[in-house]
Amino acid sequence: MTTTQPTPATQLVPLVEVTIDGFTTEVPKGTLVIRAAEDLGIAIPRFCDHPLLKPAGACRQCLVEVAMPDREGTLRPMPKPQASCTLEVSPGMVVNTQMTSEVADKAQEGVMEFLLINHPLDCPICDKGGECPLQNQAMTAGREVSRFHGVKRTYPKPISVSTQILLDRERCILCQRCTRFSDEIAGDPFIDLQMRGARQQIGVFDAEVLGFTGSSPVGPAELDESGQPFASYFSGNTIQICPVGALTSASYRFRARPFDLVSAPSIAEHDACGAAIRVDHRRGVVLRRLAGEDMAVNEEWVSDKDRFAFRWQAAPDRLLAPLVRENPDGTGDLVETSWGDALDVAATLLAQRRGRLAALPGGRLTYEDALAWSSFTRGVLGTNDVDFRSRAYGSSEEADFLAARVAASGIGVTYGDLENADVLLVGLEPEDEAATIFLRLRKAVLAGGTRVRTVAPFLSRGSTKMHATLLPAAPGTEPEVLASVTELGGEGRLGVVLVGERLAAVRGGLAAAAELATRTGARLAWVPRRAGDRAAVEAGLLPQLLPGGRPVADPAARAEIAAAWGAPVPETPGRDLVGILAALASGELAGVVIGGVELSDLPDPDAARAALEAVRAAGGIVVSLEVRASEVTELADVVLPVAPPVEKAGTFLTWEGRPRRFDEVFETPARSDAEVIRMLCDELGVTLTATEPQLWRGERVALGAAQPGPVPAPGEGQAVLATWRLLLDAGRGQDFEPHLAGTARRPVAMMSRATADALGVADSPTVRLRGPRGEAEYPLVVAGVVDGVVWVPADPRDFPSTAHLGVRAGEIVEVAK
Amino acid sequence: MTDVLTPVLSDIWDAEASWTLQTYREHGGYRALAIANDMAPGDIVNLVKGSNLRGRGGAGFPTGLKWSFLPPPDGGPRYLVVNADESEPGTCKDIPLMMANPHVLVEGVAITSRAIGCDHAFIYLRGEVVQVYRRLLAAVREASDAGLLGDLRVTVHAGAGAYICGEETALLDSLEGRRGQPRLKPPFPAVAGLYARPTVVNNVESIASVPGIVLGGAEWFSGLGTAKSSGHGIFSLSGHVERPGQYEAPMGITLRELLELAGGIRRGHRLKFWTPGGSSTPILTQEHLDVPLDFDSVAAAGSMLGTRALQIFDETVSVVRAVTRWIDFYKHESCGKCTPCREGTYWMQQLMHRLEAGQGTPEDIQTLDDVANNIFGRSFCALGDAATTPVTSGLQHFRDEFEAGCHTPAWELFPPEASALESVTSNPARTPKEVTA
Repeated sequence: MTTTQPTPATQLVPLVEVTIDGFTTEVPKGTLVIRAAEDLGIAIPRFCDHPLLKPAGACRQCLVEVAMPDREGTLRPMPKPQASCTLEVSPGMVVNTQMTSEVADKAQEGVMEFLLINHPLDCPICDKGGECPLQNQAMTAGREVSRFHGVKRTYPKPISVSTQILLDRERCILCQRCTRFSDEIAGDPFIDLQMRGARQQIGVFDAEVLGFTGSSPVGPAELDESGQPFASYFSGNTIQICPVGALTSASYRFRARPFDLVSAPSIAEHDACGAAIRVDHRRGVVLRRLAGEDMAVNEEWVSDKDRFAFRWQAAPDRLLAPLVRENPDGTGDLVETSWGDALDVAATLLAQRRGRLAALPGGRLTYEDALAWSSFTRGVLGTNDVDFRSRAYGSSEEADFLAARVAASGIGVTYGDLENADVLLVGLEPEDEAATIFLRLRKAVLAGGTRVRTVAPFLSRGSTKMHATLLPAAPGTEPEVLASVTELGGEGRLGVVLVGERLAAVRGGLAAAAELATRTGARLAWVPRRAGDRAAVEAGLLPQLLPGGRPVADPAARAEIAAAWGAPVPETPGRDLVGILAALASGELAGVVIGGVELSDLPDPDAARAALEAVRAAGGIVVSLEVRASEVTELADVVLPVAPPVEKAGTFLTWEGRPRRFDEVFETPARSDAEVIRMLCDELGVTLTATEPQLWRGERVALGAAQPGPVPAPGEGQAVLATWRLLLDAGRGQDFEPHLAGTARRPVAMMSRATADALGVADSPTVRLRGPRGEAEYPLVVAGVVDGVVWVPADPRDFPSTAHLGVRAGEIVEVAK
Repeated sequence: MTDVLTPVLSDIWDAEASWTLQTYREHGGYRALAIANDMAPGDIVNLVKGSNLRGRGGAGFPTGLKWSFLPPPDGGPRYLVVNADESEPGTCKDIPLMMANPHVLVEGVAITSRAIGCDHAFIYLRGEVVQVYRRLLAAVREASDAGLLGDLRVTVHAGAGAYICGEETALLDSLEGRRGQPRLKPPFPAVAGLYARPTVVNNVESIASVPGIVLGGAEWFSGLGTAKSSGHGIFSLSGHVERPGQYEAPMGITLRELLELAGGIRRGHRLKFWTPGGSSTPILTQEHLDVPLDFDSVAAAGSMLGTRALQIFDETVSVVRAVTRWIDFYKHESCGKCTPCREGTYWMQQLMHRLEAGQGTPEDIQTLDDVANNIFGRSFCALGDAATTPVTSGLQHFRDEFEAGCHTPAWELFPPEASALESVTSNPARTPKEVTA
């Protein structure tokens, strides 16, 4: 049975006195009877009721007997039993549940019997068996033997609602939780009730069944990879809230019994939202993940990526043992070796090159791991050449912004703040890039507390679902648009600017956002894409930044850190990602310690590859700390395997700055980055006390004024590329999840009618984009995109990426039929 | 005998081209609107309140009172929705009324709209009756072209033929283009109805009675009928009577009187059971012949006045068979939203078909009774309750026929040929209809 703690009242609501089963309590006016009973610890059985969905009153399982005082104060029983999930308490109300009322008890037994006459009672082969509200309540309120001797309703089974979601209609009790979730929470009308009466069923949108002729409402942009229209990024939640086994996931179906699983709470690792999850595993294998409940963060919902993408942590290409080169001179194949040997080799190679080494730790680290990397870089490698960003764009503006406005800023804007806010999104598509924010914003907008404006090249599907207003901006023109915004917040609403990491690619973008926040008194929050990005900023994994927002350039800051770590901190500001790669290529640097970095993520993957090859060719070294074999592995001298989140403990920091502590789900020999770094230090004979430093009270890095760059001007046959990574794409965190991949959106190229006409492609079903490195063909969708701009997804699965084209957002791309 | 009848709504049904504006005006049509146009809206509401007109859709809620539930005007739209989704088995009053005299409804709509401050009224018509749809459209066009409606827009909407859409909130959902299923109340339509705006939903006959009240006055109207059920009403007699049809008479008339008007029970036969107001009202028997057909007396007799759809069954009819057909209807028409109605009618249908085929068991009868009791009062809307009334009242009055269903098929005890009003081809394969999902 799903029950929840009541949400803390944000406003003072008058209390109402109500008596339930003889116990008198006071609850806020407007409370539903079923909730008031929960308050007293009285569980009324229910199916359609869900605390985060609007009342439906459909299943009728929660019937209770109710009496209310009339005008004279005489208690008048209501003639019929009432659904406690739709009835609000009123002063003096007297409720008798199944515990104290024969009428209520009989009514509930009757409804339970009705629910079971058409239910297959196939619990022994049902995924839900063992954790099923219907099964549990049938045990308490059902009959021992059925009185139904007739013909049950049957259906061919199952229906594929999507490649991931399967529907066994005969198990369905038509509570409408799934359809209400899709409508009220996700905003994806991908399932709905169809037919009526005993044949009523949940069904998917089908243009043929619904008799659409001529122009179908579904275009290529609304199809998922499997060809289904109206796929949802949040569909997995419907499985979790289904009170029977009607909705199951293709990836978990028939895989396990709930009572064989061990559950552990954890935090999702796919984005910077910090959604609470529950990991269910059996004998060291994760079998599924569920949404955890955290009303302050993700309420009860997670994205399908957070729910279904977990097999990457146990992938066949997991690195389980350290690797070194066959020959001592660094030539030959990588071979497995012992930890002792690998640490010895790594330590020797690093010691020889101390002072000429750099670190690229990646953006997926916990705060603890990030601090270890930071202290190791400064105290052992002896350099400030460190950059966690893999998508850095070469200017110092982003690093300055992170140092000035993000580092050590504590918990800033929170999810709760978004519920009554005037929100401006810049370079951020929450549905794709921060799904938990999307759900919270949509909820807040529908409740009327929040409005959303978005600075973007077009109104995306996610923005549409948030009823957002578009402030149209071609890539590169964002600073101009931001400068034109005069008011944000007011009328009791908090002004909030949410900037995505993509804005860093626009010169002057982040500075303009910061200026806007200052000008309007709005609060600014940086919403990165990765779980470890915020922790990396806090830990000082930037060339000019030490932990806690301390500038490298400040001697007092260096002294504090040196004292905290027991190691000297170099005073020369370091190189950023681009600088490090250039120095590796030129031989200025003699090696790099590299963490979870995908070369294809980097601004110029070819140049990065060449740099790593060059440094090794010149006698330099590459030491890799990785979970799974990657392109970097092949270029490394020593590979030290590290643990994925499921096998270690740590703390992610959300975009809000909120710490999200998690424990290891199960024990394995795998070691966290921090542990591996500690072993490496031991091997090097260095002792680092990577303690958390005190609050920094000195000067901070200053962010300069916005200096927008030139706006790209496409010539004939060209357009400006707009792009971002969709929630579901070719990311390696989604490997080995074919069912999930089927629900990704189909890659299309979108542009305005005017642009298509100007490019001479308006009559073509497809369009070809060409960049310096390659080309790709996309189905063309003419939509309300800013003129002169073409949008494509950055990295769709089984499809060329924009990196393949060699074009980044805001750059010019050739467009032809 | 004719003085028993009070033809008001049906007054001009026999006139030449009774459905045209010209005929209607020749018989005094739209005079009431002219009077109402000179009245303050509040006075019209008070007039109808004073007439004690009670809703003619079955529930009998005072019409004027319903209008006065609307919140004070806030500048936004307010709607009148006429419920013309007449679908109850046996009920046949609104459709002939709109067929023969659509203008009396249009005039009622215009007066009511003025009373409640509505600029856009809707008539939600059952979609199968295309001829009525055409006549309504023509009537609205004629009245509008003649300038009778002023700024009032009247939209006639043809539903898709679902019984549930006669339930007022399901009707509103359907009218909005959604799936026709009942809404949670509160909010009630008076507060948040069509498009979440204050809305009055009234039956066709209620609205059509308004012009008469304006012309004749509240006292004239309340002088008809009984103290608590005033006015005239259309009584539809069907089944085993000599002259079935619509009889407009004062409320409180008895079946005995109506049968006299209708030429009595089919010659050579006698009354066995009847419904006072369609299949949703518990059946009555011979002993209820003198029950005054007003809201309170029928309720006191254990049934409901409903829509005054008197279905008359003589001694040739098997109660089990009749109830089975009604349950087939309710099972087919259950909207599916709530468990008791959806699953309960599905179950009752199977039980009834077994009993009809003589294959029931004593346990089945007990289960049937219990299933009906488990639906009654537990469903989301009143249609679940309605589905149980044939079963419970049938069991109450004719339990022995259900018991006979444990050994003998109903068609052997009561050969259907004997009930037929016209000769029918007998169907040798009278096996229960296959029940499919």
